[in-house]
Amino acid sequence: MLKDENPVVLQVDQVKKRIGKKWIIHGVSFDVRAGEIFGFLGPNGSGKTTTIRMLVDLIKPTEGQIELCGYNVNRDPEQALQYVGCIVENPEVYTYLTGWENLEHFARMQPGIDHVRIQEVVDIVRLEGRIHDKVKTYSLGMRQRLGIAQALLGRPKLLILDEPTNGLDPKGIKELRAFIRELADQGMAVFVSSHLLSEIQLMCDRVAIINQGRVLAVGEVNELIEEGSNYVVWHLEPAQEGRVVLQAQQGIELVHVADIQLDEAMLAGMDSDVWVTQMDPDRISDVVKVLVGSGIQVHSVQKMNPTLEQLFLRMTEGESIE
Amino acid sequence: MNRILPLVQNETIKMMKKRRFLVVILILLVLIPVFTYAQMKVAQNNREKFKDWRHTLQQQITDNQNSLASDRVPEEWKKFRRIMVQQWQYYLDHDVDPSSPNGVTFVKSFMENSSSLFIPLLVMAIASDIVSSERTTGTIKMLLTRPVRRWRILLSKLLTLTIFVGLIILTTFVLSYLISGSVFGYNGWNQPVFTGFQITGVEVDISGVHPVPQWLYLIMQTGLIWFSSMVVAILAFMISVLVRSTAASIVTMMAAIIAGSILTNMASSWPSAKYLFMVNLQLTTYLAGSPPPIEGMTLPFSLMVLSIWALAALFISFRVFTKQDILN
Repeated sequence: MLKDENPVVLQVDQVKKRIGKKWIIHGVSFDVRAGEIFGFLGPNGSGKTTTIRMLVDLIKPTEGQIELCGYNVNRDPEQALQYVGCIVENPEVYTYLTGWENLEHFARMQPGIDHVRIQEVVDIVRLEGRIHDKVKTYSLGMRQRLGIAQALLGRPKLLILDEPTNGLDPKGIKELRAFIRELADQGMAVFVSSHLLSEIQLMCDRVAIINQGRVLAVGEVNELIEEGSNYVVWHLEPAQEGRVVLQAQQGIELVHVADIQLDEAMLAGMDSDVWVTQMDPDRISDVVKVLVGSGIQVHSVQKMNPTLEQLFLRMTEGESIE
Repeated sequence: MNRILPLVQNETIKMMKKRRFLVVILILLVLIPVFTYAQMKVAQNNREKFKDWRHTLQQQITDNQNSLASDRVPEEWKKFRRIMVQQWQYYLDHDVDPSSPNGVTFVKSFMENSSSLFIPLLVMAIASDIVSSERTTGTIKMLLTRPVRRWRILLSKLLTLTIFVGLIILTTFVLSYLISGSVFGYNGWNQPVFTGFQITGVEVDISGVHPVPQWLYLIMQTGLIWFSSMVVAILAFMISVLVRSTAASIVTMMAAIIAGSILTNMASSWPSAKYLFMVNLQLTTYLAGSPPPIEGMTLPFSLMVLSIWALAALFISFRVFTKQDILN
């Protein structure tokens, strides 16, 4: 991917926040570039929403800098915020106005947005049929789309979506994913927060993992997966003899199923007498040859990538969530 | 300025769509006929006691003129009576019955009576949730993440509030004139009203008393009501910035205003109470010449006290709104 050469849209540098005497955010840094979908992953209460609020000047950081397209958000919000569209938590719009009136309302707050542009964003989020109805008659999915329409009004360079799939049905989530990808392909940077690892895996190019107000890792989603140790699941018969052969191999380590976090859904379909090893995946065919040579039947061999959940749990090992 | 106008437009649209102003108009449409009916009953009773008002008035004038000749009557009384005689004579000459209310007189007394509680209540209905409702519904997050500085947003809300305070007073004026006029008649604009009484201690200084036409008196009165209403609006505005819940903000303001009207009745022995904003709100008393709630209070004094309170409230509102973290 050539995205490393794209300009940095959002730069967060050593941001800290103290509320009262308690430090909520202990130092968060990351960059978001044009054209990428950047995931922001962390459990509830990890400081995700506080960080997002600091990105859009709802909360002032105690220390550190946040720059949007080169403008400091807190010192120069009028310049910086024109490049951002955002939905913080739920898409809150005026329920006593129609969708169209809501968009007109937010269009008036920024110069250069006319009715043509409003019609454009209505078409983009496919809300034409109901746009002149009162928002209180909208479903959550429609409010979400109206929120995105509002965020897109000012042709932002960065779109910030806080837990965007909350309350959406599977079809809606799939549509949203495709929609976000489309925006990114057009050169927009999209910042998506989530507490669901699978969602980030499916949606994002890069991810920052946050817990208890600290960023634990920033990197490409795929790289982070590669970095994680790889597990191989063996289904052998007879099982005990197979185990002896596996243990005899160099560089193969048997691990207890109970000690590791594998995707439970993937293990569900397997027999209980499987062995899990930690090894270099390139050696799988060699080992299979040895096993077959020893007269052991190999029913299945499966390479498993660690999920982000595993990564996350490994990074936060020993720290319980307060 | 061209950046603030669209924001004021936004706030005005929201205010109208929330139907707050409609509620105010409905309340007025229900209450004014009630008061008009009550006033009509009073007028009917008077008419039954005195058959022809001209005879009654002529008798009053003659009695007073007789007493002016007497040496036993103090000079101050004589002066006051001379004025009253002139006033009555004026009424007689212009064939206007001073005791029969017309539309304009009704407006005058209705506005005066509603300036202490009723109009502040209507103002609060609009001012109390102008900021807090954005926080309750969470729309403040949308409002403050647009590329507009926070003080501009708050200023647009304040300007909108100013417009609506004006509209409330204007509507009260117009509706009370139209409704009462249909019963009492629409005349009375040029009827003289006496103003300029100076009260020092128990003495009434009438050296400055002069008649003004009722239309001029009404303008002055409305101006004073607008001023005290704006002070109430600004204080409610501040509470709305400070308190998240709309109900809490209405109750806080209401408690302060009612405390004011109670204090007015009992604070004569507590002179420093005159620095509280609530006892200064009824500015129309200075115009009518009724004694002030606490000795030593004058119109400039009250205007000054109210201005200081309003400026402090504005300072706090803007300071808090531009600095605070939006956490909820």
